[in-house]
Amino acid sequence: MSGEDAAGMPGPAPDERPQPEGRRNLEGHRIDPVVEAEHDSRRAVISALVEDEPGVLARVSGLVSRRQFNIESLTVGPTTVEGHSRITMVVEETDPGIDQIEKQMAKLKPVISVGEVSGSAVTSELVLLKVHGEEPDKVHAVAEMYDGQTLDAGPETITVQLTGDESKIDDAIDAFDQFGIIEIARTGQTALARGNIPTAPGEKPGTAGEPTTPNTD
Amino acid sequence: MSDSAAHPREDDPDAEPASDPADADGPGAADPAGEENRPDGETPTAVSTGAESVVAALEAAGAETAFGVQGGAIMPVYDALYGSSIRHLTMAHEQGAAHAADAYGVVSGEPGLCLATSGPGATNLVTGIADADMDSDAMLALTGQVPTEFVGNDAFQETDTVGVTRPITKHNYFAGDADSVGDVVGEAFELSRVGRPGPTLVDLPKDVTLDDTEESPGPAEAPAGTDPNPSAREDAVAAAARAIEEADRPLCLFGGGVIKGEASEAARKFARTYEIPVTTTMPGIGSFPEDDELSLSWAGMHGTGYANMAITHTDCLIAVGTRFDDRLTGGIDTFAPEAEVVHIDIDPAEISKNVYADYPLVGDAGTVLDQLFEAIHEEPDADEWREQCQEWKETYPMTYATPDDEPLKPQFVVEAFDEATDDDTIVTTGVGQHQMWASQFWTYTEPRTWVSSHGLGTMGYGVPAAVGARVAADAMGDADRDVICFDGDGSFLMTMQELSVAVREDLDITFAVLNNEYIGMVRQWQDAFFEGRHMASDYNWMPEFDKLAEAFGALGIRVDGYDEVAPAVEEALAYDGPAVIDFHVDPEENVLPMVPSGGANGRFALTEDQL
Repeated sequence: MSGEDAAGMPGPAPDERPQPEGRRNLEGHRIDPVVEAEHDSRRAVISALVEDEPGVLARVSGLVSRRQFNIESLTVGPTTVEGHSRITMVVEETDPGIDQIEKQMAKLKPVISVGEVSGSAVTSELVLLKVHGEEPDKVHAVAEMYDGQTLDAGPETITVQLTGDESKIDDAIDAFDQFGIIEIARTGQTALARGNIPTAPGEKPGTAGEPTTPNTD
Repeated sequence: MSDSAAHPREDDPDAEPASDPADADGPGAADPAGEENRPDGETPTAVSTGAESVVAALEAAGAETAFGVQGGAIMPVYDALYGSSIRHLTMAHEQGAAHAADAYGVVSGEPGLCLATSGPGATNLVTGIADADMDSDAMLALTGQVPTEFVGNDAFQETDTVGVTRPITKHNYFAGDADSVGDVVGEAFELSRVGRPGPTLVDLPKDVTLDDTEESPGPAEAPAGTDPNPSAREDAVAAAARAIEEADRPLCLFGGGVIKGEASEAARKFARTYEIPVTTTMPGIGSFPEDDELSLSWAGMHGTGYANMAITHTDCLIAVGTRFDDRLTGGIDTFAPEAEVVHIDIDPAEISKNVYADYPLVGDAGTVLDQLFEAIHEEPDADEWREQCQEWKETYPMTYATPDDEPLKPQFVVEAFDEATDDDTIVTTGVGQHQMWASQFWTYTEPRTWVSSHGLGTMGYGVPAAVGARVAADAMGDADRDVICFDGDGSFLMTMQELSVAVREDLDITFAVLNNEYIGMVRQWQDAFFEGRHMASDYNWMPEFDKLAEAFGALGIRVDGYDEVAPAVEEALAYDGPAVIDFHVDPEENVLPMVPSGGANGRFALTEDQL
């Protein structure tokens, strides 16, 4: 404290005040044996049913970018319901981060329902790979190994289509690398929940689905 | 609207500087000036164009006042406003229209309405829309757009308004056709106010508003699923109630959501019944009377020492309608570090966004406070804590020195106005030091009396906000309420052109400019954190605001010393119309206490040396 200097207010200086021992972590959790201190980020597949109106993809992608969510892929396509599309996003986030993505997406007006697809979901991605065509037999052999299809084969390049989950695709890309990958195009993961579990919360087959009830837990 | 005779409407198409080339070639785009003129004052019983449907929808939704600026693409809507019951105020600049509409909404509790043309009109609205978005203020912006067939061709005055405003609106719309445009406008108006309020926008291509339609808009309804359940889950309420009962050091934190949710009464009953000390956020100012013994005033960067001590040491923080902004929390690691947090909010996305909520209660502030009130069976045993809070009030009083050899202190001016006016006086501000003094040294007791730019921190908010606040108070039949705009010299210079509106519309507002010829808050930070290098913060020269006021046709007064303050305040308040007082205040005065950005609330600085 600078004594009775007129420029300021009376009272004990910061160091002379009692300060609590407790702290919070960066996610705002009290660091306390009862509450876990840190969250590791993890991969999550988020599925949203949306109204197929102009700008809906811009709204979702704008939300993701301005709130700095870590996103690996985003796919969008129509559903069997007229005027509805499904957006599938793969994100790499902490649990609170995933919770935020779901809640912020639920606030977008064209988003009908949104939620994380449970871990046992069926996921798949389609990849087109163009490799050098000097060794066509070897390329075909590798393609067969990964249940791929040759879509185009010429004297200089061969283009192969692969589908599967992320680990299969990653393995296949590694295997094709020996031929020299010229170009690659990936759709990103799409996903559906297994069995009778709805993929987006409240989703009923062939119907519009119910608006998402906010998860308050 | 009664003064149309005194103030002729500004609907002369000749006022448009450049003709819209889209009009010349656009098939189906009629010349609005050549349209059939309706007799003045006659409201159409049925709509015949998209624009008339827009206005019919606004009237049906209850809109009474609009703020805007004319221009090519919005002309059909203005033409339809001719003879409408909606009062329109022509502002000097579209930013002013947005801020005025925002403040109108804050004071009246009804969504504000602003209009602008395409291109620069729309982009000039952007700051005001972003401001409303950050402060969750209900507002509808209507923008003209080039005719649909020109969209995407870089036509004259074309901007992708929907694209530009997408991240700063609750939702925005591109009107597709004349038959549905009224319903879209009605929906956007309602959407702005349901649940967590926020600005909405409808972009109106000129062909849509000019086109014929016989479809009158239906009743305005918010989209399905956007009006949330007001009640929180009973089990969650019960758990929170137990936590509050068992707290030793409970503290209420009332945010702007308490005011927007009309929950001030419920909040007062709650805190007083259980004798829980109360602090507020800045947008929450007025939710709880600051002259109540339980009040610790507001917390955060420039909050009171006692509020920041309480928020640092509480063991149970009952936070209502707040998003835990960084200016409130300081560093998250040291924010209420020992508190269990009960968080009531209408927006589930705010729960555990910045501060983890041990007891999340999603719902309407007043409804959930009432639920909590019913669920609490015994008052927390907090006698010692209450005494501690009172002691902190004595230890860290909000004072300032007035040495004879130093210039007039700005805090003195704020206190002089507070003493000279009633509790229902509305205060608007710009952003900066003057804003902090206006919030610290005025004792707020009623909701919707503090009108400021919080989240976005928009310098220049004060003058147009005062226009909107005055018009709202008048519309509510409160012509006797005073409206004071505390402004800084820098803020005033940004939007003072709206003084022309106050003069033209004969609005009774007192503008108190706390003139230190600095961007004072920046100067304060430069002294504290940039070794006193006053780069681009020192104006060194300012126009004579009292004379500028006179040139505008307002009352202008200059004040330099303490003995001139009371007479000037009295004269300005007595004056029936806009008055500007240019208070030349101590340029070296700093805003204290201060929690440095990211610092611990409990370590607020009381002197410059402690920063």
